[in-house]
Amino acid sequence: MPIKLEIVTVERLTFSDDVDMVIAPGSEGVMGILPHHAPLLTTLAYGELVVRKQGQDDLSFAIGGGFMEVQPDKVTVLADAAERADEINLDRAQEARKRAEGLLQSGKKLSLDEQTRAEAAIRRAMTRIKIARKRSKRRMPRSE
Amino acid sequence: MASLRDIKRRINGIKNISQVTRAMQMIAAAKMRRAQEQVVASRPYAEKAWEVLIHLSQQPGSKAQFHPLLTQRPVHKVGIILITSDRGLAGGYNTNIVRATMRFIDRLEKPVQLVTVGRKGRGAFTRIGKQIIAEFGDIPDKPTLLDVLPIAQIAVADFLNGTFDEVYLAYTDFVNTIVQKPVVKRLLPLLPDKLEEQAVAEYVDSVRHGVAPAYIYEPDRAELLNIILPRFTELQVYQAVLEALASEHSARMVAMRSATDNANDLVADLTLTYNRVRQEAITKEMMDIVGGVEALK
Repeated sequence: MPIKLEIVTVERLTFSDDVDMVIAPGSEGVMGILPHHAPLLTTLAYGELVVRKQGQDDLSFAIGGGFMEVQPDKVTVLADAAERADEINLDRAQEARKRAEGLLQSGKKLSLDEQTRAEAAIRRAMTRIKIARKRSKRRMPRSE
Repeated sequence: MASLRDIKRRINGIKNISQVTRAMQMIAAAKMRRAQEQVVASRPYAEKAWEVLIHLSQQPGSKAQFHPLLTQRPVHKVGIILITSDRGLAGGYNTNIVRATMRFIDRLEKPVQLVTVGRKGRGAFTRIGKQIIAEFGDIPDKPTLLDVLPIAQIAVADFLNGTFDEVYLAYTDFVNTIVQKPVVKRLLPLLPDKLEEQAVAEYVDSVRHGVAPAYIYEPDRAELLNIILPRFTELQVYQAVLEALASEHSARMVAMRSATDNANDLVADLTLTYNRVRQEAITKEMMDIVGGVEALK
Protein backbone atom coordinates (compact mmCIF):
# COMPACT_ATOMS: atom_id res chain seq x y z
CA MET A 1 0.00 0.00 0.00
CA PRO A 2 1.49 3.34 -0.98
CA ILE A 3 1.48 6.43 1.21
CA LYS A 4 -0.03 9.63 -0.03
CA LEU A 5 2.63 12.26 0.44
CA GLU A 6 1.96 15.97 0.26
CA ILE A 7 4.60 18.61 0.75
CA VAL A 8 3.10 22.07 1.09
CA THR A 9 4.48 25.47 1.92
CA VAL A 10 2.50 28.61 2.50
CA GLU A 11 3.36 29.74 -0.98
CA ARG A 12 2.54 26.61 -2.94
CA LEU A 13 1.91 22.90 -3.10
CA THR A 14 5.39 21.56 -3.77
CA PHE A 15 4.72 17.85 -4.17
CA SER A 16 1.77 15.51 -4.11
CA ASP A 17 1.89 11.86 -5.09
CA ASP A 18 1.69 8.27 -3.87
CA VAL A 19 5.06 7.03 -2.67
CA ASP A 20 6.51 3.97 -0.92
CA MET A 21 8.77 5.56 1.66
CA VAL A 22 9.53 8.97 3.08
CA ILE A 23 12.77 9.80 4.86
CA ALA A 24 12.28 13.04 6.74
CA PRO A 25 14.60 15.28 8.76
CA GLY A 26 12.76 15.26 12.08
CA SER A 27 13.96 17.66 14.73
CA GLU A 28 14.94 14.68 16.92
CA GLY A 29 16.69 12.85 14.13
CA VAL A 30 16.12 11.53 10.65
CA MET A 31 13.17 9.18 10.40
CA GLY A 32 12.06 6.78 7.74
CA ILE A 33 8.33 6.38 7.30
CA LEU A 34 6.76 3.34 5.72
CA PRO A 35 3.08 2.63 5.16
CA HIS A 36 1.00 1.86 8.28
CA HIS A 37 3.11 4.08 10.45
CA ALA A 38 1.49 5.04 13.75
CA PRO A 39 -0.01 8.55 13.78
CA LEU A 40 2.75 10.98 14.53
CA LEU A 41 3.19 14.69 14.71
CA THR A 42 6.69 16.06 14.65
CA THR A 43 8.63 19.21 14.04
CA LEU A 44 11.17 19.25 11.27
CA ALA A 45 14.74 20.47 11.16
CA TYR A 46 16.66 21.85 8.20
CA GLY A 47 17.62 18.94 6.09
CA GLU A 48 16.98 16.63 3.23
CA LEU A 49 13.72 14.83 2.68
CA VAL A 50 13.96 11.81 0.43
CA VAL A 51 11.01 10.30 -1.36
CA ARG A 52 11.32 6.70 -2.46
CA LYS A 53 9.14 5.05 -5.03
CA GLN A 54 9.66 1.63 -6.47
CA GLY A 55 11.11 1.59 -9.94
CA GLN A 56 12.04 5.26 -9.80
CA ASP A 57 15.01 7.33 -8.74
CA ASP A 58 14.81 8.82 -5.29
CA LEU A 59 13.50 12.36 -5.21
CA SER A 60 15.17 14.77 -2.88
CA PHE A 61 13.88 17.96 -1.29
CA ALA A 62 15.56 20.62 0.80
CA ILE A 63 13.31 21.28 3.79
CA GLY A 64 13.70 24.40 5.89
CA GLY A 65 11.90 23.52 9.09
CA GLY A 66 8.19 23.24 9.76
CA PHE A 67 6.22 20.21 10.88
CA MET A 68 4.90 16.92 9.60
CA GLU A 69 1.79 14.91 10.26
CA VAL A 70 1.89 11.16 9.71
CA GLN A 71 -1.21 9.01 9.37
CA PRO A 72 -1.13 5.30 8.41
CA ASP A 73 -1.87 6.04 4.75
CA LYS A 74 -0.89 9.66 4.51
CA VAL A 75 2.04 11.96 5.21
CA THR A 76 1.63 15.71 5.18
CA VAL A 77 4.69 17.93 5.36
CA LEU A 78 3.96 21.54 6.23
CA ALA A 79 7.32 23.07 5.53
CA ASP A 80 8.49 26.63 6.08
CA ALA A 81 10.44 26.21 2.89
CA ALA A 82 10.68 23.32 0.48
CA GLU A 83 12.59 23.05 -2.76
CA ARG A 84 13.09 20.15 -5.07
CA ALA A 85 16.73 19.28 -5.51
CA ASP A 86 16.68 20.27 -9.16
CA GLU A 87 15.19 23.67 -8.34
CA ILE A 88 18.03 24.66 -6.06
CA ASN A 89 20.26 27.41 -7.33
CA LEU A 90 23.69 26.37 -6.10
CA ASP A 91 25.30 29.75 -6.70
CA ARG A 92 22.66 31.55 -4.75
CA ALA A 93 22.92 29.13 -1.86
CA GLN A 94 26.67 29.61 -1.72
CA GLU A 95 26.26 33.34 -1.85
CA ALA A 96 23.76 33.27 1.00
CA ARG A 97 26.14 31.20 3.06
CA LYS A 98 29.03 33.57 2.43
CA ARG A 99 26.89 36.54 3.32
CA ALA A 100 25.76 35.06 6.60
CA GLU A 101 29.25 33.89 7.51
CA GLY A 102 30.64 37.30 6.69
CA LEU A 103 28.09 38.86 9.00
CA LEU A 104 29.05 36.56 11.86
CA GLN A 105 32.78 37.08 11.35
CA SER A 106 32.62 40.80 10.78
CA GLY A 107 33.04 41.32 14.51
CA LYS A 108 30.07 43.66 14.53
CA LYS A 109 27.98 43.49 17.64
CA LEU A 110 24.91 41.47 16.72
CA SER A 111 21.75 41.18 18.74
CA LEU A 112 20.79 37.69 19.81
CA ASP A 113 18.06 37.74 17.21
CA GLU A 114 20.40 38.70 14.41
CA GLN A 115 22.86 36.07 15.44
CA THR A 116 20.31 33.26 15.46
CA ARG A 117 19.05 34.43 12.12
CA ALA A 118 22.51 34.39 10.58
CA GLU A 119 23.20 30.96 12.01
CA ALA A 120 19.91 29.69 10.65
CA ALA A 121 20.76 31.15 7.26
CA ILE A 122 24.05 29.26 7.24
CA ARG A 123 22.38 26.00 8.18
CA ARG A 124 19.76 26.51 5.51
CA ALA A 125 22.32 27.35 2.86
CA MET A 126 24.48 24.37 3.77
CA THR A 127 21.55 21.99 3.49
CA ARG A 128 20.77 23.30 0.06
CA ILE A 129 24.39 23.16 -1.08
CA LYS A 130 24.73 19.59 0.11
CA ILE A 131 21.58 18.44 -1.62
CA ALA A 132 22.33 20.26 -4.83
CA ARG A 133 25.84 18.77 -4.95
CA LYS A 134 24.58 15.27 -4.33
CA ARG A 135 22.12 15.56 -7.13
CA SER A 136 24.61 16.88 -9.66
CA LYS A 137 26.97 14.01 -8.79
CA ARG A 138 24.27 11.49 -9.40
CA ARG A 139 23.31 12.97 -12.69
CA MET A 140 26.82 13.46 -14.00
CA PRO A 141 29.00 10.51 -12.99
CA ARG A 142 32.53 11.69 -12.36
CA SER A 143 34.59 11.42 -15.50
CA GLU A 144 38.05 10.99 -13.95
CA MET B 1 -19.82 80.00 -25.53
CA ALA B 2 -16.32 78.58 -25.29
CA SER B 3 -14.09 79.20 -28.24
CA LEU B 4 -13.26 76.44 -30.68
CA ARG B 5 -9.70 76.30 -29.54
CA ASP B 6 -10.66 75.92 -25.86
CA ILE B 7 -12.94 73.03 -26.64
CA LYS B 8 -10.31 71.34 -28.74
CA ARG B 9 -7.83 71.67 -25.91
CA ARG B 10 -10.22 70.13 -23.41
CA ILE B 11 -10.96 67.23 -25.71
CA ASN B 12 -7.26 66.49 -26.03
CA GLY B 13 -6.75 66.74 -22.29
CA ILE B 14 -9.56 64.32 -21.56
CA LYS B 15 -8.33 61.91 -24.18
CA ASN B 16 -4.98 61.86 -22.41
CA ILE B 17 -6.66 61.17 -19.09
CA SER B 18 -8.62 58.29 -20.55
CA GLN B 19 -5.42 56.79 -21.90
CA VAL B 20 -3.85 56.93 -18.47
CA THR B 21 -6.87 55.46 -16.70
CA ARG B 22 -7.15 52.71 -19.26
CA ALA B 23 -3.51 51.78 -18.73
CA MET B 24 -4.04 51.76 -14.96
CA GLN B 25 -7.09 49.58 -15.40
CA MET B 26 -5.15 47.04 -17.40
CA ILE B 27 -2.25 46.98 -14.95
CA ALA B 28 -4.64 46.54 -12.03
CA ALA B 29 -6.34 43.66 -13.82
CA ALA B 30 -3.04 41.85 -14.31
CA LYS B 31 -1.97 42.42 -10.71
CA MET B 32 -5.33 41.28 -9.43
CA ARG B 33 -5.01 38.01 -11.31
CA ARG B 34 -1.58 37.44 -9.85
CA ALA B 35 -2.75 38.12 -6.30
CA GLN B 36 -5.65 35.76 -6.81
CA GLU B 37 -3.33 33.02 -8.02
CA GLN B 38 -1.26 33.48 -4.91
CA VAL B 39 -4.33 33.18 -2.70
CA VAL B 40 -5.22 29.95 -4.42
CA ALA B 41 -1.66 28.64 -4.08
CA SER B 42 -1.72 29.18 -0.32
CA ARG B 43 -4.91 27.19 0.15
CA PRO B 44 -3.45 23.66 0.30
CA TYR B 45 -1.22 24.69 3.20
CA ALA B 46 -4.13 26.37 4.94
CA GLU B 47 -6.32 23.30 4.58
CA LYS B 48 -3.63 21.01 5.95
CA ALA B 49 -2.79 23.34 8.78
CA TRP B 50 -6.43 23.53 9.83
CA GLU B 51 -6.67 19.78 9.65
CA VAL B 52 -3.65 19.26 11.86
CA LEU B 53 -4.84 21.85 14.33
CA ILE B 54 -8.26 20.25 14.55
CA HIS B 55 -6.79 16.79 14.97
CA LEU B 56 -4.63 18.22 17.69
CA SER B 57 -7.59 19.76 19.47
CA GLN B 58 -9.52 16.47 19.23
CA GLN B 59 -6.78 14.56 20.97
CA PRO B 60 -7.71 12.97 24.27
CA GLY B 61 -6.70 15.24 27.11
CA SER B 62 -6.09 18.17 24.83
CA LYS B 63 -8.45 20.42 26.74
CA ALA B 64 -6.44 20.03 29.90
CA GLN B 65 -3.26 21.49 28.52
CA PHE B 66 -3.27 25.07 27.50
CA HIS B 67 -1.02 27.10 25.40
CA PRO B 68 -0.86 30.87 25.88
CA LEU B 69 -1.94 31.49 22.29
CA LEU B 70 -5.02 29.35 22.88
CA THR B 71 -6.01 30.96 26.15
CA GLN B 72 -8.68 33.57 26.46
CA ARG B 73 -8.14 36.20 29.12
CA PRO B 74 -10.13 39.16 30.33
CA VAL B 75 -9.94 41.77 27.61
CA HIS B 76 -8.55 45.16 28.61
CA LYS B 77 -6.56 46.16 25.59
CA VAL B 78 -7.17 45.30 21.98
CA GLY B 79 -4.86 45.38 19.00
CA ILE B 80 -6.04 45.66 15.43
CA ILE B 81 -3.95 44.93 12.37
CA LEU B 82 -5.39 47.06 9.62
CA ILE B 83 -4.54 46.27 6.04
CA THR B 84 -4.97 49.05 3.50
CA SER B 85 -3.15 50.08 0.36
CA ASP B 86 -0.22 52.41 -0.09
CA ARG B 87 -1.76 54.15 -3.04
CA GLY B 88 -5.11 55.74 -3.68
CA LEU B 89 -7.21 55.87 -6.84
CA ALA B 90 -8.86 52.62 -5.87
CA GLY B 91 -12.47 53.71 -5.55
CA GLY B 92 -13.94 53.11 -2.12
CA TYR B 93 -11.43 50.45 -1.20
CA ASN B 94 -9.60 52.25 1.61
CA THR B 95 -12.60 54.23 2.81
CA ASN B 96 -14.64 51.08 3.25
CA ILE B 97 -12.15 49.16 5.33
CA VAL B 98 -11.27 52.21 7.43
CA ARG B 99 -14.93 52.91 8.10
CA ALA B 100 -15.62 49.27 9.01
CA THR B 101 -12.68 49.34 11.40
CA MET B 102 -13.88 52.57 13.04
CA ARG B 103 -17.33 51.13 13.54
CA PHE B 104 -15.76 48.06 15.09
CA ILE B 105 -13.66 50.16 17.45
CA ASP B 106 -16.71 52.20 18.50
CA ARG B 107 -18.66 49.07 19.32
CA LEU B 108 -15.78 47.58 21.25
CA GLU B 109 -15.55 50.43 23.76
CA LYS B 110 -12.08 49.35 24.82
CA PRO B 111 -8.70 50.97 24.39
CA VAL B 112 -7.45 50.06 20.95
CA GLN B 113 -4.02 50.32 19.40
CA LEU B 114 -3.34 49.77 15.75
CA VAL B 115 -0.78 48.13 13.58
CA THR B 116 -1.23 49.50 10.10
CA VAL B 117 -0.18 47.93 6.85
CA GLY B 118 -0.27 50.43 4.01
CA ARG B 119 0.02 54.21 4.11
CA LYS B 120 -3.66 54.99 3.59
CA GLY B 121 -4.80 53.35 6.81
CA ARG B 122 -2.06 55.04 8.79
CA GLY B 123 -3.07 58.41 7.41
CA ALA B 124 -6.74 57.95 8.26
CA PHE B 125 -6.11 56.90 11.84
CA THR B 126 -3.36 59.41 12.64
CA ARG B 127 -5.77 62.13 11.54
CA ILE B 128 -8.31 61.13 14.18
CA GLY B 129 -5.55 60.67 16.73
CA LYS B 130 -5.58 56.92 17.28
CA GLN B 131 -2.46 55.34 18.59
CA ILE B 132 -0.46 53.41 16.03
CA ILE B 133 2.23 51.21 17.52
CA ALA B 134 3.69 49.89 14.31
CA GLU B 135 3.32 50.53 10.63
CA PHE B 136 4.29 48.68 7.53
CA GLY B 137 4.40 50.09 4.04
CA ASP B 138 5.66 49.11 0.64
CA ILE B 139 4.31 45.59 0.61
CA PRO B 140 5.51 44.31 -2.76
CA ASP B 141 3.09 43.36 -5.50
CA LYS B 142 4.00 39.75 -5.13
CA PRO B 143 4.55 39.34 -1.40
CA THR B 144 6.30 36.26 -0.08
CA LEU B 145 5.75 34.91 3.39
CA LEU B 146 8.97 36.64 4.44
CA ASP B 147 7.48 40.03 3.56
CA VAL B 148 4.55 39.65 5.93
CA LEU B 149 6.31 37.70 8.67
CA PRO B 150 7.19 40.76 10.78
CA ILE B 151 3.52 41.74 10.92
CA ALA B 152 2.50 38.40 12.36
CA GLN B 153 5.44 38.37 14.70
CA ILE B 154 4.44 41.69 16.23
CA ALA B 155 0.95 40.35 16.80
CA VAL B 156 2.18 37.19 18.49
CA ALA B 157 4.84 38.95 20.57
CA ASP B 158 2.50 41.69 21.79
CA PHE B 159 -0.19 39.19 22.58
CA LEU B 160 2.20 37.07 24.61
CA ASN B 161 3.76 39.96 26.54
CA GLY B 162 0.35 41.32 27.48
CA THR B 163 0.30 44.48 25.36
CA PHE B 164 -2.88 43.12 23.83
CA ASP B 165 -5.44 40.72 25.25
CA GLU B 166 -7.01 40.22 21.86
CA VAL B 167 -5.77 40.85 18.35
CA TYR B 168 -8.03 41.41 15.37
CA LEU B 169 -7.26 41.47 11.71
CA ALA B 170 -9.06 44.05 9.56
CA TYR B 171 -8.78 43.50 5.83
CA THR B 172 -10.82 43.37 2.67
CA ASP B 173 -11.99 39.96 1.61
CA PHE B 174 -11.96 39.36 -2.11
CA VAL B 175 -15.34 37.89 -3.06
CA ASN B 176 -15.21 38.60 -6.77
CA THR B 177 -14.22 41.38 -9.11
CA ILE B 178 -17.27 43.44 -8.26
CA VAL B 179 -17.67 42.63 -4.57
CA GLN B 180 -15.03 43.10 -1.90
CA LYS B 181 -16.11 42.80 1.67
CA PRO B 182 -14.36 44.55 4.55
CA VAL B 183 -13.99 42.13 7.46
CA VAL B 184 -12.65 42.34 10.98
CA LYS B 185 -11.87 38.95 12.43
CA ARG B 186 -10.15 37.66 15.50
CA LEU B 187 -6.58 36.55 15.05
CA LEU B 188 -5.60 35.82 18.64
CA PRO B 189 -6.30 34.02 20.86
CA LEU B 190 -7.17 30.98 18.81
CA LEU B 191 -10.08 29.30 20.48
CA PRO B 192 -9.95 25.50 20.21
CA ASP B 193 -13.72 25.16 20.57
CA LYS B 194 -14.32 27.49 17.68
CA LEU B 195 -11.67 25.99 15.43
CA GLU B 196 -14.02 23.73 13.62
CA GLU B 197 -16.61 26.40 13.08
CA GLN B 198 -13.99 28.63 11.59
CA ALA B 199 -12.53 25.91 9.44
CA VAL B 200 -15.92 24.87 8.16
CA ALA B 201 -16.63 28.44 7.22
CA GLU B 202 -13.43 28.71 5.27
CA TYR B 203 -12.71 25.23 3.98
CA VAL B 204 -16.01 23.46 3.95
CA ASP B 205 -15.02 20.04 2.72
CA SER B 206 -11.72 19.62 4.42
CA VAL B 207 -12.88 18.79 7.95
CA ARG B 208 -13.22 15.14 8.75
CA HIS B 209 -15.22 14.16 11.74
CA GLY B 210 -14.81 11.33 14.15
CA VAL B 211 -12.22 10.54 16.75
CA ALA B 212 -8.74 11.40 15.66
CA PRO B 213 -6.11 8.72 16.27
CA ALA B 214 -3.84 9.36 19.23
CA TYR B 215 -0.63 10.93 18.05
CA ILE B 216 2.92 10.21 18.95
CA TYR B 217 4.43 13.61 19.61
CA GLU B 218 7.96 14.43 18.84
CA PRO B 219 9.50 16.21 20.70
CA ASP B 220 6.39 16.83 22.83
CA ARG B 221 3.01 18.45 22.64
CA ALA B 222 3.96 21.79 24.17
CA GLU B 223 6.94 22.15 21.88
CA LEU B 224 4.83 21.26 18.86
CA LEU B 225 2.21 23.83 19.72
CA ASN B 226 5.01 26.36 20.10
CA ILE B 227 5.96 25.67 16.52
CA ILE B 228 2.55 25.24 14.97
CA LEU B 229 0.50 28.04 16.49
CA PRO B 230 2.71 30.98 15.46
CA ARG B 231 2.86 29.46 11.95
CA PHE B 232 -0.85 29.53 11.96
CA THR B 233 -1.03 33.19 12.80
CA GLU B 234 1.54 33.91 10.11
CA LEU B 235 -0.52 32.01 7.62
CA GLN B 236 -3.67 33.96 8.44
CA VAL B 237 -1.89 37.29 8.13
CA TYR B 238 -0.30 36.20 4.85
CA GLN B 239 -3.64 35.18 3.41
CA ALA B 240 -5.27 38.39 4.60
CA VAL B 241 -2.57 40.45 2.89
CA LEU B 242 -3.12 38.55 -0.36
CA GLU B 243 -6.89 38.91 -0.16
CA ALA B 244 -6.47 42.61 0.51
CA LEU B 245 -4.11 42.94 -2.42
CA ALA B 246 -6.52 41.22 -4.78
CA SER B 247 -9.31 43.46 -3.48
CA GLU B 248 -7.23 46.60 -3.89
CA HIS B 249 -6.41 45.82 -7.48
CA SER B 250 -9.91 44.85 -8.40
CA ALA B 251 -11.29 48.00 -6.74
CA ARG B 252 -8.78 50.04 -8.68
CA MET B 253 -9.63 48.22 -11.87
CA VAL B 254 -13.33 48.96 -11.50
CA ALA B 255 -12.69 52.57 -10.51
CA MET B 256 -10.41 53.08 -13.48
CA ARG B 257 -12.83 51.43 -15.84
CA SER B 258 -15.58 53.83 -14.89
CA ALA B 259 -13.12 56.72 -15.10
CA THR B 260 -12.25 55.65 -18.64
CA ASP B 261 -15.92 55.33 -19.52
CA ASN B 262 -16.66 58.77 -18.11
CA ALA B 263 -13.78 60.29 -20.00
CA ASN B 264 -15.01 58.73 -23.23
CA ASP B 265 -18.54 60.06 -22.63
CA LEU B 266 -17.12 63.47 -21.99
CA VAL B 267 -15.08 63.33 -25.18
CA ALA B 268 -18.20 62.37 -27.15
CA ASP B 269 -20.17 65.26 -25.61
CA LEU B 270 -17.42 67.76 -26.22
CA THR B 271 -16.90 66.61 -29.78
CA LEU B 272 -20.57 67.23 -30.41
CA THR B 273 -20.31 70.71 -28.92
CA TYR B 274 -17.15 71.32 -30.89
CA ASN B 275 -18.83 70.45 -34.18
CA ARG B 276 -21.87 72.52 -33.36
CA VAL B 277 -19.78 75.56 -32.50
CA ARG B 278 -17.74 75.09 -35.63
CA GLN B 279 -20.81 74.85 -37.77
CA GLU B 280 -22.31 77.92 -36.16
CA ALA B 281 -19.16 79.86 -36.87
CA ILE B 282 -19.20 78.79 -40.51
CA THR B 283 -22.88 79.66 -40.85
CA LYS B 284 -22.25 83.06 -39.34
CA GLU B 285 -19.38 83.75 -41.73
CA MET B 286 -21.52 82.76 -44.71
CA MET B 287 -24.31 85.01 -43.54
CA ASP B 288 -21.81 87.86 -43.33
CA ILE B 289 -20.62 87.22 -46.85
CA VAL B 290 -24.14 86.92 -48.20
CA GLY B 291 -25.10 90.09 -46.29
CA GLY B 292 -22.08 91.90 -47.75
CA VAL B 293 -22.89 90.84 -51.32
CA GLU B 294 -26.51 91.86 -50.78
CA ALA B 295 -25.42 95.33 -49.57
CA LEU B 296 -23.23 95.87 -52.64
CA LYS B 297 -26.09 95.37 -55.04
